[in-house]
Amino acid sequence: MNFLFEIGLEEIPARMIAAAQGELARRIEDVLTRERLLDAGHETHSHSTPRRLAVLVKGVIVAQADTQEQLTGPSWNIAFKNGESTPAAHAFAKKAGVEVAALQKINTPKGEYVSAVIERKGRSASEILVEQLPKELAALYWPKNMYWRAGKPERFVRPLKWLLALLDHAIVPVEFAGVHAANLTYGHRILHGDAALTVEHATDYLGVLEAAHVTADVELRRDRIRKGLDAATRTIPGARWREDEALVDTVTHLTEWPAVLLGSFDPEYLTLPEEVLVTVMRDHQKYFAVEDAHGKLAPWFLTVLNTQPSEHADEIIRHGNERVLRARFNDARFFWTVDQKIPLTERVEMQKSVTFQKDLGSYYAKTEANLRIAERLSEIVTVRGTNLEKAALLTAVRIAKTDLTAELVKEFTELQGIVGGLYARAQGLGETVAQAIYWQYSPAAIEDPIPPTVEGQIFGIADRFQTIAAMFGIGLEPTGSKDPFGLRRAANGIVKILAESGLPLRISDLLAVEDGKLSAFFRERVEFYLRDVRGFAYGVVNAVLAPGFDDVRDAIARAEALTAVRGSEDFIAISAAFKRIKNILRQANVDSHSTIDPDKLVELAERSLYDHMNLLMLKIHPIRTDGYGDALEQIATLRPHVDLFFDKVMVMAEDPAIRANRLALIANVLGSFSSIADFSEVVTS
Amino acid sequence: MSATITASSISTRTEPLTFQQLLFRLQTFWAERGCILQQPYDVEVGAGTMSPDTFLRVLGPRPINIAYAQPSRRPTDGRYGENPNRLYKHTQFQVILKPPPSDIQEVYLASLEAIGIDLSEHDIKFEEDNWEAPTLGAWGIGWQVMLDGQEITQFTYFQQCGGIDLDPISGEITYGLERLAQFLQDKESIYDIVWVRDPRTGKAITYGDIRLEEELQFSVYNFEAAEVEKLWEHLRLYEAECQDLLASYSDSFSPNAEKLAERRQKIHDRLVHEDETPPPSEDVQAAQRRFPVLGAYDLCLKCSHLFNLLDARGAISVTERVGVIARIRALAVGVAKAYAAQQS
Repeated sequence: MNFLFEIGLEEIPARMIAAAQGELARRIEDVLTRERLLDAGHETHSHSTPRRLAVLVKGVIVAQADTQEQLTGPSWNIAFKNGESTPAAHAFAKKAGVEVAALQKINTPKGEYVSAVIERKGRSASEILVEQLPKELAALYWPKNMYWRAGKPERFVRPLKWLLALLDHAIVPVEFAGVHAANLTYGHRILHGDAALTVEHATDYLGVLEAAHVTADVELRRDRIRKGLDAATRTIPGARWREDEALVDTVTHLTEWPAVLLGSFDPEYLTLPEEVLVTVMRDHQKYFAVEDAHGKLAPWFLTVLNTQPSEHADEIIRHGNERVLRARFNDARFFWTVDQKIPLTERVEMQKSVTFQKDLGSYYAKTEANLRIAERLSEIVTVRGTNLEKAALLTAVRIAKTDLTAELVKEFTELQGIVGGLYARAQGLGETVAQAIYWQYSPAAIEDPIPPTVEGQIFGIADRFQTIAAMFGIGLEPTGSKDPFGLRRAANGIVKILAESGLPLRISDLLAVEDGKLSAFFRERVEFYLRDVRGFAYGVVNAVLAPGFDDVRDAIARAEALTAVRGSEDFIAISAAFKRIKNILRQANVDSHSTIDPDKLVELAERSLYDHMNLLMLKIHPIRTDGYGDALEQIATLRPHVDLFFDKVMVMAEDPAIRANRLALIANVLGSFSSIADFSEVVTS
Repeated sequence: MSATITASSISTRTEPLTFQQLLFRLQTFWAERGCILQQPYDVEVGAGTMSPDTFLRVLGPRPINIAYAQPSRRPTDGRYGENPNRLYKHTQFQVILKPPPSDIQEVYLASLEAIGIDLSEHDIKFEEDNWEAPTLGAWGIGWQVMLDGQEITQFTYFQQCGGIDLDPISGEITYGLERLAQFLQDKESIYDIVWVRDPRTGKAITYGDIRLEEELQFSVYNFEAAEVEKLWEHLRLYEAECQDLLASYSDSFSPNAEKLAERRQKIHDRLVHEDETPPPSEDVQAAQRRFPVLGAYDLCLKCSHLFNLLDARGAISVTERVGVIARIRALAVGVAKAYAAQQS
């Protein structure tokens, strides 16, 4: 049989639909699985629109199979004496719900016992669904719930309007939130109207809705939207719509019957920065931007409608959308013009009235702190040979946050930083200053690019580090899954800039003073970066971080070199040997700085290991960042010597002097070759 | 570029409603659906929600359907009459349905048809937008209703007001009248909206004719002329009086109040010794019923508007800001609690 379940709601927030759709399907499948109501070859399909979630399960069994259960009762001799049943037999038969005559004798290891076989009738799928589904609906997760019925009996994302529950042709009388399930659904609000639609059979669902102007299949809707965007854009020679997966997703969940409409705006608005225009279109109007063949923004937009307009309506709707966009662009232009009346350089004092954090004061105070850090970092990198425009950097830092006082940023908060950069350029503060300000919040997400200039990179690090250190200073460090100030994200940004820029900076350069907590926090972020962003294996990351994480680019180079060799046979053997050495040393309580007395190396195998170690030391030290691969290959040549050593030499010799010397030897081997990575970590299991 | 569409080519059938007719139609529509028509509240408010017809009537169990236009003042939104899309004072048409009928969305859509919007020729979407007013201790779940890309209505299921969980909840529909009129009349500027036509000559009187001066002068007052020290002084006075009233209410009628016990004792004594007949509870109830909680709410509204003025004058520093909001919230929550207790 086929089970169809649909819940009809007032418009569900677009951002919540996909997760709820998946969860509802999973819950229904779980109930049917748990209750043994699924065929082996069953299939589950789920659908949604803003007004409904639906699940169709094909391969539902009409009723559970009957089952038998054998109950064991008292010992046979107690239940039956001289062939007569005793009160014990009657009590057991009553409990099991069978006649005394039906009791059977069974043999167990403990002797003969009374047993009863109970037949359990399987329950029907309908009965079970009626009982279980209300609980599943009540448990469905929504990020934000509401009450709507008097007495507040239940909370849900939006008021529940209808339930449809069918096993093939038969209505399953589920009830939830005062609504009784039927075989009725509803079509598109406007294109179909309020009249109910009857779904005769569970598998008719998608067809019935399609005829009523509702495409309930999400992927089909998404596909139609993409095709519609393509088709509309093709009418403009050379143009392309700007791909925006998140926006496609949003409009897919905002429509039941999508259509794409192309609109235009006056090219004079193109004098406004593209960033502003695109933000207005995308974030405020959910429009797709259009670009010309050179990737430049073109004076067009695409909007996804939830209707199928006639030619006449098409013009009305286009006209309406164009008017709204014009008003929004005018606003943006107005703010842009107003903002120019007070240049950024004159807004420094105004930052005093913008709170950074209530216990840390204003952005003015933060800027002062940022300046100190940026100055210190610029001195460090200059000493280490990096060229930078220090004056421009400090100007950028000084005015970087002043755009928070600009009207345009108050209106479009997502453009902070970007607007500052654009204003700096427009106000003639120079490209270096403008770029550093423009890129200050990048990378926001870990996949975003780092600032393109040295000044921008240093400021990006200084700004984030100031925030992190200040928050830690007042005890607001992230805990568990809670990171309300985005400090992990900020630190990820620092690690990414350190990793992907050429800046000669180490994490310890940021921490002016030793700070265990902060240091551990950054170690975690480097670990995250290596593993989740760069995709290094867990063991490799642990191995390279053991000698240190301070220099992020160095850690990456070591991880790359280690990844390249770790599969080779020699290297696997070396790793195993190092692990063994570590264990021996741990048990013997020896540290790696013990000195070796070469005269006491009596066996040939230990002599050979000692000599090869010294030779190798000369060959590979000092290890350069670009020489890790070679160094590791060299270290792998140690293998026959190590193997021979463990084969022929008894480390825990009886003579304490010899024993100590052998321990010192392997401790030195371990110590000398663990600065690239702790190889023992690479060994799996 | 698409062909230029003019208003006349779109509105081929009927003349769009004037601003005045728009208000009439909405009033008639909702009156026919059982709403009491109330007049705008005559104390400065920032939104229709702040009128006691919403803020207080959504509290407690008593059902109410009520609709009214509410001029809403937001000093910081003033633009000296120069911005075609922003106003210091705009007009909300507010509908409160408590409890909300199950077909509230359909009724709402019918109201759009009633003002001349043929829904089959437009794109309409209900997009998530949850409303929250921290200074009122109020929030709700709902949507902004988008018509051809223009937000025309805020639709909210009130969940909490004055810090009190609501049961039953109320459905709140807030139409932005200027935006709707701009949409219906296809005007680029609010000031070009036809407010009314002379029935004899057909000559249009525009929104600008009626309101431009007010926008200009109040922008000057709000941003430049209002005396900051006096505003602070007014705020202190209104707040103090409101606090005194709330304290007095709570002293007299709070269930734990010692005064209440004393008062009961007195009434008891009087009954025993002087042989009077009125039951004690009635006496307290009468005193509670005549207590001017509504007066306290007006004072709270005054404070809220003064805060907005101070904000427009740029007179509220960061450190003060959070504190002042908390003070006003305390008043609003205090009034809501007192009012709810008074009604029960």
